[in-house]
Amino acid sequence: MSDATLILIQAVLLTISTAATPLLLAAIGELVVERSGVLNLGVEGMMVMGAIGGFIGMIVTGNPYIGAVVGVLFGMALSLLFAVLTLTLATNQVATGLALTILGLGLSGLIGEPYVGRSAVRMPVLNIPGLTDLPIIGRLLFGQDLIFYISIALIVGVAWFLFRTPSGLKLRAIGDNPQSAHALGIKVIRTRYLAVLFGGACAGLAGAHLSLVYTPQWTENMSAGRGWIALALVVFASWRPFRILAGAYLFGAVSIGQLHAQALGIGIPSQFLSALPYLATVIVLVLISQNRRLTLINTPASLGKSFVPDR
Amino acid sequence: MRLELVKRGNPSKTLRFFSPLIGLALAVFTGAIMFAILGKNPLEALYVYFIEPLTELWSVHELLIKAAPLILMGAGLSICYLSNNWNIGAEGQFIMGALAGSIFPVLFTDMQGPIVLPLMLTFAIVGGALWAGIPALLKAKFNTNEILVSLMLVYVAELILDYLVRGPWRNPAGMNFPESVRFHQFARIPELMPADGRANWGFVIAILVAIALWVMLSRTLKGFEIKVLGTSPRAGRFAGFDAKKMVFFSFLIAGACAGLAGIIEVAGASGQLRPIISPGYGFTAIIVAFLGRLNPLGVIVAGLVLALTYLGGEAAQISLGLSDKVARVFQGALLLYILACDTLIHYRIRFVPTPKAQGSAADV
Repeated sequence: MSDATLILIQAVLLTISTAATPLLLAAIGELVVERSGVLNLGVEGMMVMGAIGGFIGMIVTGNPYIGAVVGVLFGMALSLLFAVLTLTLATNQVATGLALTILGLGLSGLIGEPYVGRSAVRMPVLNIPGLTDLPIIGRLLFGQDLIFYISIALIVGVAWFLFRTPSGLKLRAIGDNPQSAHALGIKVIRTRYLAVLFGGACAGLAGAHLSLVYTPQWTENMSAGRGWIALALVVFASWRPFRILAGAYLFGAVSIGQLHAQALGIGIPSQFLSALPYLATVIVLVLISQNRRLTLINTPASLGKSFVPDR
Repeated sequence: MRLELVKRGNPSKTLRFFSPLIGLALAVFTGAIMFAILGKNPLEALYVYFIEPLTELWSVHELLIKAAPLILMGAGLSICYLSNNWNIGAEGQFIMGALAGSIFPVLFTDMQGPIVLPLMLTFAIVGGALWAGIPALLKAKFNTNEILVSLMLVYVAELILDYLVRGPWRNPAGMNFPESVRFHQFARIPELMPADGRANWGFVIAILVAIALWVMLSRTLKGFEIKVLGTSPRAGRFAGFDAKKMVFFSFLIAGACAGLAGIIEVAGASGQLRPIISPGYGFTAIIVAFLGRLNPLGVIVAGLVLALTYLGGEAAQISLGLSDKVARVFQGALLLYILACDTLIHYRIRFVPTPKAQGSAADV
């Protein structure tokens, strides 16, 4: 292969990775939430709040890292609201999650109005001497921004936590049967609070990635359904962390592929190409849900059901 | 101090009635705080938002125009949510209904006469129902999550509409604007009282549909079936009710209502297709359904209330320079408050001091 081809492949892989990272982050957070038996449909709202939080933090301080932290905090703030309602007040999780998305989209639009059209400092790339210069995978694996490294670390960390630690076992037990877990003295509500806050932090970071790395600017509704695709990814991954990695990169490839196809002008109306990620989500959901055995084994048994401790 | 929920023996009837009102009051209070933060006089802003639109006749007409789609979709979604089918894609079903109904005035411009409007309404109902039928079919056949599928199809429907009005359905004489031709007179829903304002018969249709759905829910076996399958699928199975058929039934009803709402919007107030035909009516209808207690008669009231937030939002934007996003925030906060207040129907809330020793909690 010529050098030019190598550089092209490397560039395409990099853009796929950039498109995949926010999906991956939001999905791995939601995976932990759902493993604890809570269905938070507010990912889209938390993500878009993370995007505006990250952007404001960056504009005010001039530092994209502080921006990312603010984005995480914005996501967590919204998830705390969800936790108080669904966990303390035992409200319907589906409806509350929807309300969270409506609120997040409205609130981010409102506080983001003065920031439309301003440009951001893109989060810098952190090179690792020696490794970054490896062919093809060098820049993909070792020449990216901090959020990318965090996203990969989170996949490994969550997999280790859920399946290799006592706390992870407890969290999964709560997701399957909170009554029994409660009877055994496991703190159901407290654990679920922590899980929901972790999910909010991840969604917030995913949003900050959108406004600080993917397209360093703020536009209203800039999450554009990615929060919902992340929710679908959790189902696609059948609640297993490493499958999130595969799913996110697959979706990243689809969305980048359709962008390239639009740029090349292959004669298909751009709207149909733009619809591809959403249609792919539907198709993937159908394929996965057809496999009853896979979904039955891995779906947290109490997903979406409120739990009120009877003291 | 810790907050504890204690289950009531029976759900409180009083609170079932008052909880949406408490939620509404809390949301208005939050709105006042939000106005103050935005540097406006809260009382003046609240007046502009919620009172002023009701003081003029033309403005009340606008209220009815905005309420019609909200009531239609809210009533349809109530059937879904009561039967535990989570259709959140009414926005997409609204668009597809509008597109299916618009086939006649856009493609068959020569076809004129009183037959056009009934055909448009029928096509819109079928179009909306078919689009809702996709998540229903996938849920019933493959157990696919209907929440995600119905939502994904909203994005697809928006893109189809965008494609049509910028491409094949664009008005050839429209100076390249992304708009369809203006509908001819036989394709427009007549206005109720043209002398006073723009409100059309769509509002009457919405009220009639809501009443019909209420009769079905409260007076027929089907209504009983919907509620049983929603609250206890197991009991429903023992009673011989078919949960899969209910998936189709509820989705098709909600989709038909949304499709009808879509054509009422484009053949009523706007009179042509544009790239964006709904300011999020399909999502606001979710709030309408909950504010209305999932009861179609309650939905009528709730639809008017939420329509007022749209109208007040526009008024406040013009006269106070407030962002139109305020309305979205208010709507989201309203739904959260209603859901929180609903907890009070089933539970008593008690504040207990954090116990030092776990064993001393002797009272049951």
